[in-house]
Amino acid sequence: MKTMKLPSLYFFILSSLVLLFAITSLFVGASDISIADIIHTLFEQGEYDFIINQYRLPRIFLALGVGAGLGLSGALIQGVIRNPLASPDLMGISAGAGLAATTLLVFYAAAPVYLLLLTALSGGLIAAAIILFIAYKTRPTPMRLALIGIAISTFLSSGIDFLMIVNPIEINTAMVWLTGSLWGRNWTQVPLIWGTLAVIIPFAFWLAWRLDVMGLGEDCATSLGIRPSKLQLMALLTAVILASISVAVAGTIAFIGLLAPHLARMLFGHHHKYLIPSSALLGGLMLIIADTLARGLQPPLELPAGVLTSLIGAPYFIFLLQRYKAW
Amino acid sequence: MISTENLTIAYGDKVIINDLNLTLQKGKITALIGPNGCGKSTLLKALARINKANAGQVLLNNQPLSSYADKQLAQQMSLLPQILITPEGITVQRLVEYGRSPYISHWGKLGDQDKNIVSAAMQETQVSEFSTQAVESLSGGQRQRAWIAMILAQDTDIIMLDEPTTYLDLSHQIELMKLMQAMKDKGKTVIVVLHDLNQACRYSDHLVVMKEGAVIAEGEPEEVFTEQLLRDVFSLEAKVIKDPIANTPMCVAY
Repeated sequence: MKTMKLPSLYFFILSSLVLLFAITSLFVGASDISIADIIHTLFEQGEYDFIINQYRLPRIFLALGVGAGLGLSGALIQGVIRNPLASPDLMGISAGAGLAATTLLVFYAAAPVYLLLLTALSGGLIAAAIILFIAYKTRPTPMRLALIGIAISTFLSSGIDFLMIVNPIEINTAMVWLTGSLWGRNWTQVPLIWGTLAVIIPFAFWLAWRLDVMGLGEDCATSLGIRPSKLQLMALLTAVILASISVAVAGTIAFIGLLAPHLARMLFGHHHKYLIPSSALLGGLMLIIADTLARGLQPPLELPAGVLTSLIGAPYFIFLLQRYKAW
Repeated sequence: MISTENLTIAYGDKVIINDLNLTLQKGKITALIGPNGCGKSTLLKALARINKANAGQVLLNNQPLSSYADKQLAQQMSLLPQILITPEGITVQRLVEYGRSPYISHWGKLGDQDKNIVSAAMQETQVSEFSTQAVESLSGGQRQRAWIAMILAQDTDIIMLDEPTTYLDLSHQIELMKLMQAMKDKGKTVIVVLHDLNQACRYSDHLVVMKEGAVIAEGEPEEVFTEQLLRDVFSLEAKVIKDPIANTPMCVAY
């Protein structure tokens, strides 16, 4: 039996972990900088100003923001589709945003950030519209919807590959960006993701009670004054915006959108009041750990954080599929 | 008061309800009966605006249903569907609180009045002692009472129940019928789809008999419930006698 105190305890632990890893992340990287120097640089100025203030610090904010966005996006999608196998990357939303953004980068490498953002968003929306249309027509089981999503996702990814192969010169920028990396990001992207979160998190809390009531089924929700189609559209649109902007900022980072809400559900149960903030926190935590490891495992070499999230996420997804025996 | 005006509902090409005109009486228990597939559940869902009309309309207090906002409508009428989906791990208290959805603020916070109504609803259906337990851990009868408590917490003038007794054993069925009568005594209008014809006769004030999407007969059970009707509507050979306790009609098939 869960008491009221448990969630606040978990939230405290989670927030502390996020803070801990954010600070740790500041000390990890290709250049060996002493703790004293880092503190000195943070509060005054110092020789490492560029590395700390222009390079590591924005990355921390980006990792937290993008991770939170992906986690929240996954929580909303799973909440509204009532499908534990759903997430922005498995449903092709991330790949759609990625394909649109790659197309832009290939033809216009110096595209300004806002343009990249809008392009990614339209790509994400189109991919979501396609999968929703198919889902609406075929009324698939959770398992089949996941398969359809993966098929669409793969199809869109092959589009990305195609673009890269026919445009080998322009590939570099797009390539690094696509694998889901926080390398080479700076303060320009920080307000994008955090601004989006500042608007969307309150809205997600507004959705929370309604998503809970949707758990009683569509008929019950309707009779309780909640129009399912309207709620589903609002929540999905929110999720697509979050996922697309995350892609525009950090490329396609896989599995956080699936893992974070699952972990949140295990820790906090099914109330969206808890699921929404905890999925965001867990997503942020996962990405900051992944990014810290990506930088710290073999400096000065740097792995894309997206590769690390896949390393953990893919086996977990297979485990989830195993639990769904009914094909 | 709720009524239908030339109501037609179809799923694809299949017409379920055809040009139906029906007025349901305020402050009474109306039972919808009819053989499987006669459209009684479809009608109930149309009255609750879950099913959209292909033609005609449903009127609530002489206003078309479509003119009501979602929450506004949910403050006027409630529906307990036949198939109930219990979210994993949900407590009785929480389920009953969902009944307050049409009234609460944007953030899902319950006020003092909401809390009072919730606990009164749980008391009335005798589920207060289970309030912190998971709904799925309760027995069938207790679970159904918890759902009824949710409907009571919604505090609407019109209450619709779709075969609420289906999965209950007899004593719990009777318990539920008595709860329905208690709702009526508080001035509520109850519209219920029932499977058991004798219970329908005994506990309702008004019978609506449907077959193939049309109303074949309606009125007080004493007038409507005849051997001829059973033969025509249910293809059932039966004898109609007086219920020895309530004096209402009842049938014995042979």
